[in-house]
Amino acid sequence: MTDLTQLGVAAIRDGVASGTFSATEVAGAFNASVAAAGALNAFIVATPEKALEAAAAVDATRAAGKSLGKLAGVPLGIKDLFATKGVQTTAASHILEGFIPEYESTVSQNLWDAGAGMLGKLNMDQFAMGSSNETSYFGNVISPWKRNDAKGLGANAPLAPGGSSGGSAAAVAARLCPGATGTDTGGSIRQPAAFVGISGIKPTYGRCSRWGIVAFASSLDQAGPMARDVRDCAIMLEAMAGFDAKDATSLDVAVPAWEAGLNPDMKGKRVGIPREYRMDGMDADVAKSWEDGIAWLRDAGAEIVEISLPHTKYALPAYYIIAPAEASSNLARYDGVRYGLRDLPDSAGLQDMYAATRAAGFGPEVKRRILIGTYVLSAGFYDAYYTQAQKVRALIARDFEAAWAHCDIILAPTAPSAAFALGDKSADPLAMYLNDVFAVPASLAGLPAMSVPAGLNREGLPLGLQLIGKAFDEQGVLNAGLAIEARAGFAAKLERWW
Amino acid sequence: MSVDTATVARIATLARIRMSEAEIAALVPELNNILGWVEQLGEVDVSGIEPMTAVIPNTLRLREDKVTDGKVRDKVLANAPAAEHGFFGVPKVIE
Repeated sequence: MTDLTQLGVAAIRDGVASGTFSATEVAGAFNASVAAAGALNAFIVATPEKALEAAAAVDATRAAGKSLGKLAGVPLGIKDLFATKGVQTTAASHILEGFIPEYESTVSQNLWDAGAGMLGKLNMDQFAMGSSNETSYFGNVISPWKRNDAKGLGANAPLAPGGSSGGSAAAVAARLCPGATGTDTGGSIRQPAAFVGISGIKPTYGRCSRWGIVAFASSLDQAGPMARDVRDCAIMLEAMAGFDAKDATSLDVAVPAWEAGLNPDMKGKRVGIPREYRMDGMDADVAKSWEDGIAWLRDAGAEIVEISLPHTKYALPAYYIIAPAEASSNLARYDGVRYGLRDLPDSAGLQDMYAATRAAGFGPEVKRRILIGTYVLSAGFYDAYYTQAQKVRALIARDFEAAWAHCDIILAPTAPSAAFALGDKSADPLAMYLNDVFAVPASLAGLPAMSVPAGLNREGLPLGLQLIGKAFDEQGVLNAGLAIEARAGFAAKLERWW
Repeated sequence: MSVDTATVARIATLARIRMSEAEIAALVPELNNILGWVEQLGEVDVSGIEPMTAVIPNTLRLREDKVTDGKVRDKVLANAPAAEHGFFGVPKVIE
């Protein structure tokens, strides 16, 4: 029998529907794969019983001859930012350790309603703050990738899976799950997807409900799927998206049939290449993969046009004001009173309890961002920092608006480099932030953006290409992704070492 | 603009995070490094630009003035570190 863990979302859905194998067999195979991969530390909690329970329900539905959901029989990993009823949800923090939600996030509920099952809760950067998965209270996630040793570049150094959705990325790449949920605030789906050679899409802001997702920066946070290929992402996103009255910023628009609309033909499409993304000292392999992407889309029939996004260099500094400002406000809720950790020193009053609880419960990067956010929002500094950043954000969105007069989709690298070794950047917060340079502009403008694998660099590590689309044009993003996927022929096989 | 130890201590108090002097001292250069870098936003000409409030044009919806939830007290309290008699328990705040 075939190894079911080598199958993606579409193949599992179709195989279960046709009776080639049962959902229970699929769940069992992935449960075993999760259980054997402790060395990657991709999961904070495994829930094999949940996966089997959902699979049994799907098998019973099929046996009864009833119609199956869009994701029937597909077991998934869920980033630990999504509240899951009865299953610990921590955002990879100590302050939420032991928190068992009494409710289910809208996005995960949508997945269960479509017939998917849960393999477990995936490790991540604490409160989604990080680009390497080194800020989790539950330890680093290790990328399943290794550098080749051809050039003696340190083949055995454990690599970062990217972040913040690092557990999701590592788990999909290592075949611990066929797909996983991620969230993207400033690149947290796209950068890890690029680092491990998988696909991931952040839809238009408001497509996926934020209800039940632990909040980081509410004007930026968006959920999206991470999976093996573009089709699998389209299938998952269709199930995840949809209007939700419980989220005030949810978009009240119909969810298109993205999978049915997949079409890699780019004839008549104009692809914009933003000149400001060509940075001095750009990694040669990244530059090469970008050139490859341009050639592939041209081959698919697209017209390539150079465009300008003049405020690109200001996106990252604006982001590092706006995101911490919103985070400092959102994370004020962790007070040791309503849920989570409480640290009550002897004879402490209420204020001391707050301060002690938050000191013990938040990791260093979370504290750093709360302090920056508190500072930029404090009296006397608000206009100089926060208002200025929101004005720059408006200009960045306007840059994209102007670009759409000349192109239908934008092609750029996902990240400035391939995966780096764990520990390489963790001592310098600024160097870590710079990793999001290509991802953040689309986040600030709320646009759909996707990363697809483009090839390997000289160290044998995956590189991703990013496609940014107009608001609501996930289909255009997916289609361009498909055109690249078909030509990149990315089929690098991981050698299992874990 | 840059911060000194007194400023970082004040921010930490505002943010309700207890910090030792050593932690504050370590944060001063880190925060200054980040703040110095975001300072470049000052170069941008933003005259006549309204600060962004909604990234995707959307209208705020009004829902029907009807009670749609409630009666979940025990669920609300289920994760509280010190729930007593149907309330959140906190240390004494009035003498």
